[in-house]
Amino acid sequence: MTEIGLTVNGVLRAASAEPRRLLSDFLRHDLGLTGTHVGCEHGVCGCCTVLFDGEPVRSCLMFAVTAAGHEVTTVEGLGAGGMSPVQRAFQDCHGLQCGFCTPGFLCTVTALLRDNPRPSEDEVLEGISGNLCRCTGYQNIIKAVHRAADLIAEESGEADR
Amino acid sequence: MKPPPFDHHAPETLEEALEVLARTGEDAKVLAGGQSLIPLLNMRLAAPAHLVDINRVASLDTLEVTEEGVRIGALARHARVERSAQAAATQPLLRAALRHVAHPVIRNRGTVVGSLAHADPAAELPAVLALLEGTVEAASVAGRRTIGAAEFFAGPLESSLRPGELATGAFFPALPANAGIAFAEVARRHGDYAMAGAAALVTVDEDQRVSSARVAYLSVAATPLVLDLTGVLERRPPVTCDWAAAAAYARDHMDTDEDIHASAEYRRHLAGVLTERVLRAAAQQAL
Amino acid sequence: MTSMFGEPIVRREDPRLITGQGRYLDDLGRDALAAAFVRSPHAHARITGIDVDDALDVDGLVAVYTWEDLPGRVGERLPLLIPHPALTHGRTAYALARDVVRHVGEPVVMVVARDRYLAEDAAERVRVTYEPLPPVVGIENAANAAERVHDDVPGNVGAHLVQQTGDADAAISAAPHVLEFRLDIERSASMPLEGRGVYARWDADDESLRVYSSTQTSTSVRMAIAARLGLSAAKVEVIAPDVGGGFGVKIMHPWPEEVLIPWAARLLGREVKWAEDRREHFISSAHERGQVQHVRVGFDDEGRLLGLDVRIQHDHGAYTPYGIIVPIITSTQLLGPYKPGVYRVEFTSLYTNTVIVTPYRGAGRPQGTFCMERTMDRIADELGLDRAAVREVNLIRPEEFPYDQGLIFQDGRPLIYDSGDYPEMLRRIKELIGWDDFGAFRAEAERNGRRVGIGLACYVEGTGVGPYEGGHVEVDSSGRVHVATGLTSQGQGHQTVFAQIVASELGVPIDDVVVTTGDTRRFRYAVGTFASRAAVMSGNAIALASRKVREKALRVAGEALEADPHDLEIVDGVVRVKGNVTASIPLRTVAVLSNPLRYAFDDATAQATQFAVGGSMDEPPLTGEPGLEGTEYYSPPRSTFASGMHAAIVETDPDTAEVRILRYAVLHDCGRLINPRIVEGQIHGGVAQGIGGALYERMVYDADGQLLNASFMDFLMPYATEIPHVETGHMETASPLNPLGIKGAGEAGVIPGSAVIAAAIEDAEGIRITRMPISPSELYHLRLEAAAGTAERTRHARSAAIP
Repeated sequence: MTEIGLTVNGVLRAASAEPRRLLSDFLRHDLGLTGTHVGCEHGVCGCCTVLFDGEPVRSCLMFAVTAAGHEVTTVEGLGAGGMSPVQRAFQDCHGLQCGFCTPGFLCTVTALLRDNPRPSEDEVLEGISGNLCRCTGYQNIIKAVHRAADLIAEESGEADR
Repeated sequence: MKPPPFDHHAPETLEEALEVLARTGEDAKVLAGGQSLIPLLNMRLAAPAHLVDINRVASLDTLEVTEEGVRIGALARHARVERSAQAAATQPLLRAALRHVAHPVIRNRGTVVGSLAHADPAAELPAVLALLEGTVEAASVAGRRTIGAAEFFAGPLESSLRPGELATGAFFPALPANAGIAFAEVARRHGDYAMAGAAALVTVDEDQRVSSARVAYLSVAATPLVLDLTGVLERRPPVTCDWAAAAAYARDHMDTDEDIHASAEYRRHLAGVLTERVLRAAAQQAL
Repeated sequence: MTSMFGEPIVRREDPRLITGQGRYLDDLGRDALAAAFVRSPHAHARITGIDVDDALDVDGLVAVYTWEDLPGRVGERLPLLIPHPALTHGRTAYALARDVVRHVGEPVVMVVARDRYLAEDAAERVRVTYEPLPPVVGIENAANAAERVHDDVPGNVGAHLVQQTGDADAAISAAPHVLEFRLDIERSASMPLEGRGVYARWDADDESLRVYSSTQTSTSVRMAIAARLGLSAAKVEVIAPDVGGGFGVKIMHPWPEEVLIPWAARLLGREVKWAEDRREHFISSAHERGQVQHVRVGFDDEGRLLGLDVRIQHDHGAYTPYGIIVPIITSTQLLGPYKPGVYRVEFTSLYTNTVIVTPYRGAGRPQGTFCMERTMDRIADELGLDRAAVREVNLIRPEEFPYDQGLIFQDGRPLIYDSGDYPEMLRRIKELIGWDDFGAFRAEAERNGRRVGIGLACYVEGTGVGPYEGGHVEVDSSGRVHVATGLTSQGQGHQTVFAQIVASELGVPIDDVVVTTGDTRRFRYAVGTFASRAAVMSGNAIALASRKVREKALRVAGEALEADPHDLEIVDGVVRVKGNVTASIPLRTVAVLSNPLRYAFDDATAQATQFAVGGSMDEPPLTGEPGLEGTEYYSPPRSTFASGMHAAIVETDPDTAEVRILRYAVLHDCGRLINPRIVEGQIHGGVAQGIGGALYERMVYDADGQLLNASFMDFLMPYATEIPHVETGHMETASPLNPLGIKGAGEAGVIPGSAVIAAAIEDAEGIRITRMPISPSELYHLRLEAAAGTAERTRHARSAAIP
C-alpha cells in the first residue's frame, strides 16, 4: 500500500492504496467520489472519463499512483456548487436518461467547449466520439453540446459587460 | 476486471528507468500512456511482475521538429503531436494518421512511442513509421541504439526491443520536396481499429511525373506492410496513372487474414480500394 | 392552472444525476466485502474437480463457495419464472453449477474477499477441472440434435407452439401468388452501461435482510430471495437504486448472484457486494434476437395477404428461466398493423450451449417485424408494386378496431388491438421521408456515382401488459406529496412523468411531488418494468390513487369549509370554493385535519388535536382511514397496442460496401403523451439500438461455444458518429382501455430497425437481404455472390417505377 495524494476538484486528497489501484476505483471507493462511473474497464465506453490536468482521460486506464501529485476534476467538481452551463444544457436538452454515461460526457464536453467554444456539428461528433451512451441515441447529447456553447457564450458576454 | 498485483517503479530520470529495467528484465513492462497495456492488465491477459512507470521521467516528454523531421520523446502524448502545427508542417502524415488513432480522449493519454512499441499491426503509427522509414531510439544500461522501422516491427504485438531496453523516442523524417501524403482507413465504427488502412507517400519529378510511390498498410499483415508501387505506375503524370493497376498489384502482394469483422478477401479488396484513394490524393498533393 | 399532463417539462431526476449525486449499485456499500466468480471457460463440460487450496493463500480472502456448500433451496435449481404448457422441457440453472456447465460464463465458484481486486486474485487461483462435452452451438446444430445440451431434452427442443387462425396451408395453396423463403437474424444484447449488481446487508439483531439490486423488478426479487433463504417476506427489503440502464436484461431474475450475495451476507454476518464487470456481463447475463424463420405466403394481385405460414426456430440458449415469452411475442407481434389472411405460426425453441436468451428491448418484436416487413417487400417486388402500396392494402382500417387477430398474446390474453390509425400513419411517414419523391433523389445521386436506397417498416407493439401495478399517494402536513409505485426506473423519467400525472390529477405544484420507485419499503406489490408498461400501468394506478386522495381532500376540506365537496376545487395545492377565492384551505392543512390527533408534534398538527377541532359531537372523529393518502391498483383487461412506422434512406459505398444512413424518420403513436420530450428521447434511444442491431452488433460464437467478441472493442455498440439524426412525428390515438388513454413507448424505437435498414440496403443494391445484421464485409460478399449468380437479385431491382 502506498499513500497517494492528488488534487481532486481543487482539494488535496490522500488515501493509501495498492499501486494497481485504478484511478477510477481510487476516486470512487477510496475518496468516495462515486460520480465517476465504470462501464467497461477497458477504455472503450468513456463512463469513467475525468479531467486530468484539465484534459479528459479514462480513469480506468490510469493507476492512481501515476496520478499522484496531479490535478483531477470529476463530475462532482464541474459545477462549483451549482450546475455548470454544460450540466444545465444536458438537463435542458434531455441529454441523459439513466445517467450512467453522463458524467463521462460532461467531463469530455467541458474540455471540448473550453478548447473550441463554438464547435461545428462534425467537431461535436468527433469530440464525443469516444463516449458510449445506450439510452439517448446521442441526438439530445449533441443538441446539449450546442446549447452549452450558447450558455457559455451568454454568460461570458454577461461577464464582459 | 481488476489488474493483477505488480511491483510499481516510478523512476524520475532515464538512468533510473534503465537501471530498473536492467534489474527486472523480462519480468517488466513499461507503462507510458497505458491505453493498450492497462486494458490487457485489467483483463488479466498480461501479468508482469514489475511495471516501470516512466510518466515521471520528464526528459522523455519531448517533441522536436527540425528540417530533417519530427523527433518524438517517449512521453509525448498523441494529442500533443496531433496539435503541433510545426510537426504537421514538417510531416503532415503524422497528423493525418493520428486523427484515426482511437478517440480524442484516448489520444490525450496515449503516446506515439508507446503505440510503436506495442507494435499492433492494426495500428496507424507503425504503418506511418514504416512508410517514412523512420526510426525508433532505444536505450538500455548497455547503451543506445537506433532501430529502423523495418527491423523494429518483428511480429504482431512484437517489437525488436530487447529485455531491459526502453524505447526513448522515435524519429519521423520530414516530407521531402515535391512529395505528397495521404492516409485513409475503413473501420467498423469511427475510431475502431481499421479493417484495412493505407498511407501513401508519392513524389513527383520536375516534369510532374510520379517518381516514387510507396504505400504502407495496416491490418493486412502481421507487421506493417510497405509496398513500393513506383514501378507499377510507370513514371507517368498523375492524371494518366493507372491507379487500378497499383491497387491490383497491392492486392496480389498481401496475404490477409479474416477476423470477425472482415473476411480476408474483403480486407484485401479494401486495401486495393484504399490504395487507389491514397495514391490519387497523395499524388495530387505532390503536384 | 394548466395541466402538467402532456407538457414537455425537463426531467426532475436530472440535477442529481448530472452532478454526480446519483446512487447506482456500486456506489453503495463502500465497506462491503466483494464477491467474484469463477466462471466456466467451456461451453459444455462436466466438472470433475474443484481445488481451492491456492486461493486460500490470498490475503483478504473471506470465503469460497461451490455448489456443495449451498444449503436447501439456495442449492436448488433457480425458478422457471413463466411456465407455459408448450414449454414441455423447461430447464433452469443452479446458482452455482452442479456437475455440468452449459455455457461459457456459467458461475461455478463464488469467492468473497476484502475487495474486488483480492476476490479476483483468489478466483484466479481456484483450479476447476473439466471433462469437455460436445457443445451445441447455432440454431441448425441445435435442431439437428447430433448432441444434446441437456441429456434429458430430446432434440434440444424446449418448447414447441403452434397458433393458427384457420387452414393457412389451404389459403396459401389457393392464392394466385405464393412465395417461400428463409430469413435469419442474429444475437445481440441489451448491454446497459451499468452491469448487474447486488449488495446485501444482514441485520442480525432484527434478523432482516436489505438487498440492493440493479434490477427491473425489486418486488419479485424480494419474493424470490425470501423463498430461497427461507425468510418471511416481511424480513426482506429490496431496493433498486439508480439503475444505469436495463433494456430487458435486468427483468430476468433472480440471477444466481441475487440469491448468492444475500445468502453469503447472512451467513458471514457481513455486507457483501457484487458489481458485475463487463466481461461477466457478456458471458453471464443474457442475449436475445437469434432466430431462423421460414416463411410461406400466399397473396393476390394487389399484394393482399391471403395466407401466411411462418415457422420459427428460436435459440434460447442454455436454459429457459424466462420461459418462452420472446418467441411468443415474435410469433404474435409479427402481424404488425396488417390483416394476414389465414395465419399459422409455429415456433420451436431450442437449447444451445450459449448464454441464456431473455427479453432485450423489443423482446422478439424486431425479429417478427423483420419477418413481416421482409415479406411485404418481397411481395411488392414479386408483383412490381410500390412497397408502400402493398402495405396499404393490408392495413387494418380505423373503423375495424377493436381488431381481434385471433391469437393468444404474451400475457395469456387475446391479441386484440385497441386503437390506431394505420393508413394515416402510412400517409404521414411517406410524407415525412419524401417517399414519393425518392425517385428523383435517387436519379440525382446516381448521376453523381452514388448508390442510395429507401426502406419502410411498420410495427404494432402490445404495451402495458398486466397483471397489475399500484400507486400510493400521500400528502403530508407540509403539503409535500409523496408518490410511490413498486416498479423500477432505469432512465425512463418516471420521477417526472408520474409527478406530472399527480400534479394534474390532484391540482398541486409539481415541485411539491416526490416520486419513489422500486423500493419495497415504500410499495410492496408490483410486477416490474418491462414491455413498455410503466407509464400505462403505474401511470394509471397513480392517477387513480390521486383521484382517491383528491376525493378525500375535498370531503375533509368540505367539512372544514362547511361547503359541499362538489363545489370545491384544488388549485396550486389549495382547496377552495369555486368562484370564491377567500373560502380556501391549503392541502397541507387538509392533510393535518385528515388525521385526528391526540398529540401534536408541531404548530400545524396542533390544529388536528382533540380540543382544537370542531364539528359534530355525535359523529366519530375519524371517517374512513386516517391520513390524506390513498392506494389504488390498475389492472387492464389486456394489453394496449402502440404502433409506429419507420423509413430510412441509406447510401452504400460502391467500393467499400460501407452503409451510411442519410435519413431516418419515425412516425409514432403511443396514445396520449404524458411528456413529449421524454417519449422523443425513448424513440431516439430505441432507434440507435435498432441501428446497432442492424449494422453493428452481434454476438459471435465459434463452433466451440466461445464468445469471440466479449468486449466493447469487438461488440460494436454505435457511438454518436454512427447514429443519424432522427426525424420524428407523433400521432395520439388514445387507448380506450385505460383512464389516461396512454400506451407504452419504451421499446418502440428499436423494433423496426433491422427491417427498415434491410429494406433500404436491398433497394440500394438490388440484392435480396435475408440476414441481419449486415456488415460491409458481408455486403461485399453478397455483391460477389450476386455477380456470380449465387445470391438472389430483386426482380424489379432499381426499377424506376418503384420508389
